[in-house]
Amino acid sequence: MSELSTREELIQGNKDLKTITDDVFKPIIAKPNKLWFAGLLLAASAAAIGIISIVLTIWKGIGLWGVNKTIGWGWSITNFVWWVGIGHAGTFISAILLLFRQKWRTSINRSAEAMTIFAVICAGLFPLIHMGRFLFGFFILPYPNTRDVWVNFNSPLLWDVFAITTYFLVSLIFWYVGLIPDLGTVRDRMKTKFKKTFYRFLSFGWTGSAKHWQRFEIVSFTLAGLAAPLVLSVHTIVSFDFATSVIPGWHTTIFPPYFVAGAIFSGFAMVLTLLIIARKTMNLQDYITINHIELMNKIIILTGSIVGVAYLTELFMAWYSGVEYELFAFINRATGPYWWAYWIMMTCNVISPQLFWFKKLRRSVWFTFIMSIVINVGMWFERFVIIVTSLHRDYLPSSWEMYKPTLIEVLIFVGTLGIFFTLFLLFVRFFPVIAMAEVKTTIKNK
Amino acid sequence: MTKYWKSLDGNSIQNKEEKVEKKSPTNRRDFLKTFGFGLASTFILSRCENAAHKAIPYLIKPEEVTPSMANYYASSFFDGDKFNSILVKVLDGRPIKIEGNDLSGISQGATNSIAQASILSLYDDTRYRKPKIDGVNTDWTTTDKQIIDQLKKIKKEKGKIAIVSPTIISPSTKKVITDFIKEYPTTEHITYDSISAAGLLDANKESFGKRVIPDYRFNKAQLIAGFNADFLGTWLSPVEYTKQYVQNRQVSEDKREMSRHVQIESGMSLTGSNADERIIINPSEEQNLIACLYNYIANKVGEKEITTSKPAQDITKLGDELFKNKGKSIVVCGTNNKETQLIVNGINQLLGNYGKTITFNQSLLTKQADDKQMDGFVNGIDSYQGVIFYDCNPVYDYPASEKVTKALKNIDLSISLSTIPDETSELVKYVCPANNYLESWNDFNPKEGIYTLSQPCIHTIFDTRQEQESLLMWAGIEKEYYQIIKENWKLVVYSKTNRAFDFMGFWNKSLQDGVVELESKSTEPKYKNDLSAVKIIESKSEVELHIYESVNIGSGKHANNPWLQELPDPVSKVTWDNYAAISPALAKERNLKTGDVLKINGLIEIPVLIQPGQAKNTISVALGYGRTVAGKSGKDIGTDVYQLLKTGDYKEYSRDITIEKTLAFKELATTQLHDSMEGRDIVRETTLNKYKEKPSSGNERHKEIEKHHQTLYQEYKYEGHHWAMAVDLNACTGCNTCVAACSIENNVPIVGKEEVKRAHEMHWMRIDRYYAGDPENPEVIRQPVMCQHCDNAPCENVCPVGATNHSSEGINQMAYNRCIGTRYCNNNCPYKVRRFNWLDYNKAEALEGNLYDPHGMTEDLPRMVLNPDVTIRAKGVIEKCSFCVQRIQEKKLKAKLENRELKDGEIQPACQQTCPANAIVFGDLNDKNSKVYKLFKQQRRYHLLEELHTLPSVGYLTKVRNKKNQISNYKSQKPNHG
Repeated sequence: MSELSTREELIQGNKDLKTITDDVFKPIIAKPNKLWFAGLLLAASAAAIGIISIVLTIWKGIGLWGVNKTIGWGWSITNFVWWVGIGHAGTFISAILLLFRQKWRTSINRSAEAMTIFAVICAGLFPLIHMGRFLFGFFILPYPNTRDVWVNFNSPLLWDVFAITTYFLVSLIFWYVGLIPDLGTVRDRMKTKFKKTFYRFLSFGWTGSAKHWQRFEIVSFTLAGLAAPLVLSVHTIVSFDFATSVIPGWHTTIFPPYFVAGAIFSGFAMVLTLLIIARKTMNLQDYITINHIELMNKIIILTGSIVGVAYLTELFMAWYSGVEYELFAFINRATGPYWWAYWIMMTCNVISPQLFWFKKLRRSVWFTFIMSIVINVGMWFERFVIIVTSLHRDYLPSSWEMYKPTLIEVLIFVGTLGIFFTLFLLFVRFFPVIAMAEVKTTIKNK
Repeated sequence: MTKYWKSLDGNSIQNKEEKVEKKSPTNRRDFLKTFGFGLASTFILSRCENAAHKAIPYLIKPEEVTPSMANYYASSFFDGDKFNSILVKVLDGRPIKIEGNDLSGISQGATNSIAQASILSLYDDTRYRKPKIDGVNTDWTTTDKQIIDQLKKIKKEKGKIAIVSPTIISPSTKKVITDFIKEYPTTEHITYDSISAAGLLDANKESFGKRVIPDYRFNKAQLIAGFNADFLGTWLSPVEYTKQYVQNRQVSEDKREMSRHVQIESGMSLTGSNADERIIINPSEEQNLIACLYNYIANKVGEKEITTSKPAQDITKLGDELFKNKGKSIVVCGTNNKETQLIVNGINQLLGNYGKTITFNQSLLTKQADDKQMDGFVNGIDSYQGVIFYDCNPVYDYPASEKVTKALKNIDLSISLSTIPDETSELVKYVCPANNYLESWNDFNPKEGIYTLSQPCIHTIFDTRQEQESLLMWAGIEKEYYQIIKENWKLVVYSKTNRAFDFMGFWNKSLQDGVVELESKSTEPKYKNDLSAVKIIESKSEVELHIYESVNIGSGKHANNPWLQELPDPVSKVTWDNYAAISPALAKERNLKTGDVLKINGLIEIPVLIQPGQAKNTISVALGYGRTVAGKSGKDIGTDVYQLLKTGDYKEYSRDITIEKTLAFKELATTQLHDSMEGRDIVRETTLNKYKEKPSSGNERHKEIEKHHQTLYQEYKYEGHHWAMAVDLNACTGCNTCVAACSIENNVPIVGKEEVKRAHEMHWMRIDRYYAGDPENPEVIRQPVMCQHCDNAPCENVCPVGATNHSSEGINQMAYNRCIGTRYCNNNCPYKVRRFNWLDYNKAEALEGNLYDPHGMTEDLPRMVLNPDVTIRAKGVIEKCSFCVQRIQEKKLKAKLENRELKDGEIQPACQQTCPANAIVFGDLNDKNSKVYKLFKQQRRYHLLEELHTLPSVGYLTKVRNKKNQISNYKSQKPNHG
């Protein structure tokens, strides 16, 4: 696909190396505008409310949530899976697309990776706070102790712990390593002593020597090689939380690929949401072009279609298996008390991405922006449907129940959105949003 | 003193002092050292304070008390309504559990849930702590002096005094009252039963000349016909009747016979839900229907008929069946209408049931009151100068209570002997609080020839005095009640025995056994056939009200017991409320849904519950709710319907009413929202005819599934014990006593109404109830569900920290301390038996200020009821049925100490121990002679959701219905969810 670059410029506006640096630097050097402050205030307030709700939950107990004797996991695990899913796009873009030599990724990988890290932070919060005894959560780590108790390696929840921490660490290192050359550039341009020291510390003494570049390339590729399988493994393991259980609607072998596709699907949608706002507010239209948006939309069609096929396969297997509980679980999803959630999911995830087959829609910024939100709403509902509708009516009808979130649960979710946007806003203010060094390589190619 | 040298260097004190002086006394280092040490030790020591504030060791240890080893004392429970012979488990000086007394012929080791829960009343925080005069705490001397003065004054003035009480079955108490009357001759003893049986008593007086309740023997009957008599739930002596009933209901491969049960009733009762056939009538149709049945049978034997009109239901089939089972049938009726009971007696006489299934040999004495007496008293209450309320609460549970309320303002001497504040005791001048029954001596004569004792199991907790002592004090008799009982027993009981022991020997044995059953010598009374005076009253009304006694709350006396309030109703599964049960048809007609508030007679407001199987034009409402003065847990729960009872010669428990829908809505706290089995293979059942042919009928799938049993893993061999439980679905009546016993044994927290609404109830076991067939008259299916202790437990492999694991004896166990509360185990449990501590219900939490305890169960006094052998669980951990592992350990240790093998049946979990229906059997599957092993060999045995290959240790035995026609398909019932 390298002929892409000959078909259309990756970045527009006939930039030379200096203008690129100037453009990317503007938000770091200039005083942030009022919009940024307003956004930060809003996001930080949401984060604060979320943190208060979390503290309340830990103090008073999970009883503050709407989960009950039948539905043990509600919004918390829904949000966990949703955030982990979102956290897939960054590493997918930087690692897998790097390995596939997709040059267009250079404009977006920095922010996508940052988004990944923030999303994984939000995701990781939920398994921690959903525990009844948060303060004893460390029991889940296999540490040597005098009581001779050990963790249970049969449990998918334990696999989660390893999968997510590994993913988080590798993503963080990968992102940071990628930042080093740009941090060196930032350091050089900083005027005040404090800022200079700050960026000098962060840039690890980067000088831009050939030796540095060589090592940088080796480390980048090695990490990409490590990160690439993680993109697939994390959500595979998250899906095991459900797939290895006995609950109809959970106990499905299709879950790993279906979850990974869904994760990339929602991750790209979130990248689009953020970048469409960022390119507009930070005047980066030349770097994040319609071309980029279109390419991402194509990935959305692909992954969205995989998700759609998975949904239909599930339905088919429910019928084909001949298991009454399985069949009931899916009939209940579509026609039971939570039918609306199922149909929101179907509409948002299966029908709407198909509109991207139209080139005009694919290249419309506004339409893409709306779609990116629709898809993430749909993907949130997918997890809600899987978790809540499977649990609320399982084997014994005597235990069938309904689940409704409480305000606290909603606020915790809003809080993680707040944490996510706070971190993202700080990121765009203090770090180069576009990987300058890498973008510059694309224009050299010309 | 001579100073000895230690060494040359230190031989002089002078030297030493000089040395010290040379150094500076404290330098900075020393200061910091001391300061640091001081600070650290202050901190550490301040945390070392032990929390043993109130533990007081024995100075002289009583011989029979070994710390942490329980003692059992035989006693009796009688609340003026139901009688149970019990054993009280006393651990470290605290009574903590009630068990059935297996020496009793009445309850045979079982109890009902009210008796189970009654232990909490001992530790009720709202109990009176001291006597009160005009609502002010005082002491006994002042109170006694004032009361005696007043009594003497009334005696002088020849004023009237009344002692109002429920039926008293204690011979010694009766003697005390007689003695009191001797001292104050103007005293009348008025008795009334809040749930009256006067109609039945008077009918028996007329038919047989004996004003008693005969001994019903359901075990002797092949055909049982019950007319609005909830004999398995609330009627007269339900534990005894359940024990008898199941004897003839349990089938096995060797005994392929069972009785048949037809219930004719208006509301869906516990008994009706167990019937093989259920006929629905409105209460007003009952009398005519019974008369028609009488006529049908009278016609067959050539007796005179009564004038009747056309019956509401076809009774010929029932008549034929009854006639076929002459002498082997039993007809009972729960009405308080004397005429109706006379006809029922007539039917039983025609069928020759007297002397066979109904005898007067050991008549039941728990109800003796005469409604006319109380009615007369209430109407003439203004003429009394003194009233003593003995263990009764007429302001609440007597219909025309406003007269009592008004009169109490003018009566000079009004005394209540209540243990806890109630509606009546709040209005009287003198409150002379009685002891709890577990602090008292007493005797009982529940049935003719059966005498039981109750003994104090703990010293009085408060400054209270048992009722009899108070009466004795006021009558000027200086004798302890204990002495009176003993003397009275020598006269009344001992004289009737064969005198194998001397009296002290007899007394000690009686006290140890708790029960004395004398051989009865009475002859059957002659039946006087006179039904000519009987007039059939027919009334037609649009909507009728049927007032019944709630299985859990009873007459309302125990309303302040949160254990009972949180127990789901055996039929509707509603907790913490009563409701107007209406039929689906009436709901449709009046556009009502569950939770809509209904106004009855413009008087009371009550939420609706759509009850399948309810008579179309009848609304059933339970008594015992709507208390206005009754502690934290009982106050303002539900609606009082005593005020709707009609009084007169006989209290009427049904009447015509008008109903009106209001705009209000009240959500009921229900533990089960879905009523249909959805065609799933959850409860397997068959009919008796099919069972006779093939014992595995209805359970064909079991073999099929067993055939597919295979696994990749090596199967675990249980070398020692392999614990298992068999639940006979044909025996279980769904009475809920096991649920109560389980909660009490295992310190299961009370969460309150709001939490139950949020499906946060904590019960370790539950009784699932499903409906099948026609919603207007469905079949009811019940299934007790507790942790199934799966050998392949889905919960075990998903716990990340291994907090739930499998014992080498097959028990799925929980390590509460290890649990971090991911709730994954509960999600993955197909039976949904795991319970999560959503909030800090138990005060077992490290964090402060987050206690959620709406009913004060964690306060010092109620906390005394906790079983110290079972850990209380902190917020955020999962808990569940443990097969009462503490009982298993106890008996295992006992056997080990005695150097012997465990005996089968020695270990009984709390649920099995108390079950009146013998439906639960626990034991060791590795013991080939054990009862549970034999039951597991029955072809009726299957496992719940066995197709999942979870290999549960709990086995169920299929339900067998004694009916001719096919079992209806389960799919027809429309789901009813909230």
